[in-house]
Amino acid sequence: MYRTAFSRDVLAELDRLQRGLQNAFELSPSIRGRGRGYPAINVGSTPTSLEVFVFAPGIEPASLEVQVDKGVLTLAGNRQPTSGPEKATVHIGERFEGRFRRVVNLPEDAIQEGITASYRDGVVHVKVPRRSAAQARRINVQ
Amino acid sequence: MIDSKLASKDPRAVVPAMLPAVDVIEDAEGITVYADLPGVPKDRLALTVESGTLTIEGEVVLDAPEDLTPGHAEIDVPRFRRVFSLSQELDGNQVLAEFQQGVLKLRIPKAAHALPRRVEVRVA
Repeated sequence: MYRTAFSRDVLAELDRLQRGLQNAFELSPSIRGRGRGYPAINVGSTPTSLEVFVFAPGIEPASLEVQVDKGVLTLAGNRQPTSGPEKATVHIGERFEGRFRRVVNLPEDAIQEGITASYRDGVVHVKVPRRSAAQARRINVQ
Repeated sequence: MIDSKLASKDPRAVVPAMLPAVDVIEDAEGITVYADLPGVPKDRLALTVESGTLTIEGEVVLDAPEDLTPGHAEIDVPRFRRVFSLSQELDGNQVLAEFQQGVLKLRIPKAAHALPRRVEVRVA
């Protein structure tokens, strides 16, 4: 019991130190924090689509809210705490629980009507189609 | 199924990996470990218990299109790894694992000799 409390304090201290270092190197950190929270997001693009991967393990797909409004993609949900047996000691508790919300700005050429989302292995994959270069209209000069 | 890098035992050949978030909960009969391994398919998860060391390792596989240009990345290393030392009273041969929706649940029971026993006190 004594050891657990001690090691958690050390971890918290290291975490604080790390954040301090990150703040020192990053002159203007994001207003929504480090962006290392839950869920983590990767975004990539192809000429025809924007691919958003949201790393949200252990979520009921039905409880996920994926919304698009005015060019902003919002992902929200609630992660239930893991229920353990009674009289249990928590030695490490790092996994996120509770409500979360993350927001991605969509590019100008996103087609909001065609957005699809799928969930596999704890990752939400949102596919946003874009007006591709091939679809650009060529204007003839007369 | 498990590629050679995952099974590699040479410490010099260790590939970079991220630390997955875990919960470790202990009760009278054993320890339960939950680990967040999003994006790791079942066949890319490697669990080993060797000489009292538990290793959790998984490779992230995303169904990304071929011509994807990475933009913003918070998961920047496609691999998770975490190593724990098991103490003497834990039975490393009886580990039960469940893996669902990117969450790994491990149950490590305590060896029979380490289970709490109630000692009857007889009053003579």
